[in-house]
Amino acid sequence: MRALLQLLPALLPGLVGAIALRRGCDVFSALTAGARKGLALLGRILPSLVALLPAVYMLRASGALDALTELVSPALTWLGIPAETLPLMLLRPFSGSGALSLGGELMETYGPDTTVGRTAAVMLGSTETTFYVLTVYFGAAGIKKTRHAAAAALCADMAGFLAAAWCVKAFF
Amino acid sequence: MAVGMVWTLTLLTAAAFALLTGNGAAVAAAAAEGMSAAVRLTLTMGGGVMFYSAVMEVMDGAGLTASLSRGLRPVLEALFPSSRKDRALSEALSCNVCANLLGLGNAATPAGIRAAVRLRELSGGETASDELCRLVVLNTASVQLLPATVAALRAGLGAANPFDILPAVWLTSACSVAVGLLCERWFARRKG
Repeated sequence: MRALLQLLPALLPGLVGAIALRRGCDVFSALTAGARKGLALLGRILPSLVALLPAVYMLRASGALDALTELVSPALTWLGIPAETLPLMLLRPFSGSGALSLGGELMETYGPDTTVGRTAAVMLGSTETTFYVLTVYFGAAGIKKTRHAAAAALCADMAGFLAAAWCVKAFF
Repeated sequence: MAVGMVWTLTLLTAAAFALLTGNGAAVAAAAAEGMSAAVRLTLTMGGGVMFYSAVMEVMDGAGLTASLSRGLRPVLEALFPSSRKDRALSEALSCNVCANLLGLGNAATPAGIRAAVRLRELSGGETASDELCRLVVLNTASVQLLPATVAALRAGLGAANPFDILPAVWLTSACSVAVGLLCERWFARRKG
């Protein structure tokens, strides 16, 4: 399993390319078009990074983030969640690019292959921007009474955060 | 709106705390540091994000999304009974779930909206039906086989193996989707 995952960075693009070529798809122009979409994604992330990171850095430098983390860390530790991921969990349901920014920052600060970095990555990979999805879907469908959708979605988010921390502990 | 409030609160808290602890100089320095860290982080992860975005585009162009969505239909018909008789709904649903599975967020949203609009047409009224709630929960819980953006982030930041988180992401996704769907059922029965 581990060896196969190790090969994935070469194997996945290779297999995709082989299937695409066999089906007569113009692989290189699709590649460059996709990379351009990636650039657009970066263009969407950078503004929210520039807006959010100074605020998070200042909060940390003032000592307030440490105090807050210390306050809730007994509860989080009891649950098995690294306390450093608290800001990420708080922002995740509200802002996709914001959460990606904070998660990327955690991975950079603690290292992508540490428990904190991996937990941040799994949290990002297995949850969604809940309130954005709720607003967009119900807004487009013209629904006024959303009933229990938000409550169920937030329960799913919390289950995801817990499971992320536990799975990282179990797998690594 | 909510993020704007949190942002303002964050800055005011930092200022108040700095005043109390005398960390003013450190806070001022942190502002400048945060701004350049934002640009540096974008550059560090940029290559990974663009490369995997390129691979995903080839995957979509080769019709892999369409093949997967055909295989998904039986599962979706069990979750969304009205899609058995409605072709448009069935197509939008499978396209939505399958784009989510492959980590193609940009393709998932339009298909999901089409499915939501169709579900509302079928149920009528301004109240969300059980199936519409289920669709929304499925999308907020994010079922992903290939978390491309996160893997790209990890690749850009120098992870030894950007994909080694996959089994953990699968299990976590399965947990959060299961909890979401169970809660949806439970709340629907309790509140009617």
